[in-house]
Amino acid sequence: MKYLLLALLPVVTQASEITTQRQEELIYLLHQDCGSCHGMTLKGGLGPALLPDILQNKPVEFLTATILFGRSGTPMPPWSFMLTESEAEWLAVYLKNPKHDEK
Amino acid sequence: MLSLSLFAVEPRGTGDMGIVIERANGSILIIETTHNSQLYRVEGLGDLSHASAVFSRDERYAYVFGRDGGLSKIDILAGTLVKRVIQAGNSIGGAISQDGKIVAVSNYEPGGVKLFDSANLELLADVPAQYADNKQSKTVGLVDLPNQHFIYSLFEGNQIWLLDAHNPKQPVIRKFTDIGLQPYDAMVSNNGRFYIAGLFGEEGLALLDLWQLDKGVQQILPEYGKDDPKKPVYKMPHLEGWALTDDYALFPAVGHNEVLVADRHTWNLVKKIPVHGQPVFVIARPDGHQVWVNFAMPNNDTIQIIDTLNLTVIATKKPGKGVLHMEFTPRGEAVWLSVRDEDKIQIYGTEDGQLRAELPALKPSGIFFTARAHQSGL
Repeated sequence: MKYLLLALLPVVTQASEITTQRQEELIYLLHQDCGSCHGMTLKGGLGPALLPDILQNKPVEFLTATILFGRSGTPMPPWSFMLTESEAEWLAVYLKNPKHDEK
Repeated sequence: MLSLSLFAVEPRGTGDMGIVIERANGSILIIETTHNSQLYRVEGLGDLSHASAVFSRDERYAYVFGRDGGLSKIDILAGTLVKRVIQAGNSIGGAISQDGKIVAVSNYEPGGVKLFDSANLELLADVPAQYADNKQSKTVGLVDLPNQHFIYSLFEGNQIWLLDAHNPKQPVIRKFTDIGLQPYDAMVSNNGRFYIAGLFGEEGLALLDLWQLDKGVQQILPEYGKDDPKKPVYKMPHLEGWALTDDYALFPAVGHNEVLVADRHTWNLVKKIPVHGQPVFVIARPDGHQVWVNFAMPNNDTIQIIDTLNLTVIATKKPGKGVLHMEFTPRGEAVWLSVRDEDKIQIYGTEDGQLRAELPALKPSGIFFTARAHQSGL
C-alpha cells in the first residue's frame, strides 16, 4: 500500500532516490526535531501547524524552499545543512499527503 | 480485601521522587532517586512533546502541561491521574503560585495565560496576551514570583507582563513594552529578584530587576555575537535552570557554539566559553561548582561539564543520540539525563562523572524532581 500510493505522487523520481530507511529517518526527524517547534503531531507550537489541510494551498516548491532555506525574520532555520534538496522535497510531499504512512 | 492490601503498603515520603515525560507515548514515569527505580507509568496524557511539570507544595501532586493544551494533575504516591482538562489548543508550560493555590498555564494558541485552582483545576481567570489591535501573542517564560505574582514574556509582542494574582479571578497586569525582539524563553533568579528573557530576534537578553520595577527593562549582553555570524538554530535554547554561581551567570548563546558568562553584579560579558555545539540547557549543579550543558541537533548526542571556578570545559560525554534534558537530584550528587533516541534515562554521579545506572523510558524528554516544589521560578 505504501509504495502504491507513493507511486501516484508527482515527484516519484525524487522520492524513489530516497531509501525506505532514509524515509523513516526523515519522518522521525519531522516529528521529533521539527516537532520541537511545530509540535510532535505537527499541530503547531512556536512554529505554525503543518497539517495537510493547512498546507493544501502551499505548492511543494514553496515548502521545499522553506525547508531548505528557512524563513528570515522567523525562527525557521535553513535545513540545507542537514538535508539534500530531494530529501526536503520528499518531506514537502509527505507533509501535504502523509496518508501513505498509515499501515 | 482491598482495604487489607492498602494497609500492607508502607507509607513513604515523596522528597526523592520525580517524573519523566515520555513525549511520544503520552505518558509519564514516576521514579525515585534513592534506588533509581521506576514506580509507576501513568498514561493517557495526550501530546507531551515539550511537556513540563510543577509540583504541589506537599510534593504529592504533579501538574503536567502538555503541548496539546492538556493540564493533568497526577497523584505521584498513588500513580494515578486525578484530573485532566484541555484548557487551550496549544500550550508551552506553566508555573505554580508561591502559596501553591494557583496553577498558571502559558499558551500559544490562543496566546495568553490562564489561571487555575490547583485543587480542582477550575478556571479562575483567562488573560489574553493582546499586544496590538486584534493581535494575540504566544506567551513564553512563565514563572512564579514571591508575593503571589507571575511573570511572562510575549514572543510576538516584545513585552514582559507582571501578573498580580492576589485576587486570582481578577488579576492585575503591569506591562513592560519594547523589551527587545522575540523573547523566546525566560528565567528568574532563585531569590526571585531578576527576571531575564532571552531574545531570538536580536542578540542580547532583557533584564528586569523585580525589586526595582521603576528602573524598567535593561538590555544585557547586547551584540554578544557581533564578531561571529549567527548559525542556523535547530533547537531553541531553554533558560529555565538559571546557572548562577557566586560570581557569574551562565547563559546559552543563540546561534553560536558558546556559553556566555556574565558578571552577576554588573551583567557585563566576562567570557564566551567555546563548547561542542549550540547549547540548549545550561544548568548548574545545586552547589554551583559545575554547569552541565546539552546541545541542539546535530550535536545532541553530547553533553559537556563546565567548571565554574576557571570557566572551562572539564569533561565531554557522549550519552547517546537525543539528549534532551538534565535534572539534578536535590543536593546534586547525581544527574539524570533523558536520551530520547535510545529510549533510556542515564544517571551519572556528579563527583566522578561516572555512569551509575540506566532506566528504560519511551522517548524521554523532560525530567522533574519534587524538590522543585520548594524552589521559586521553575
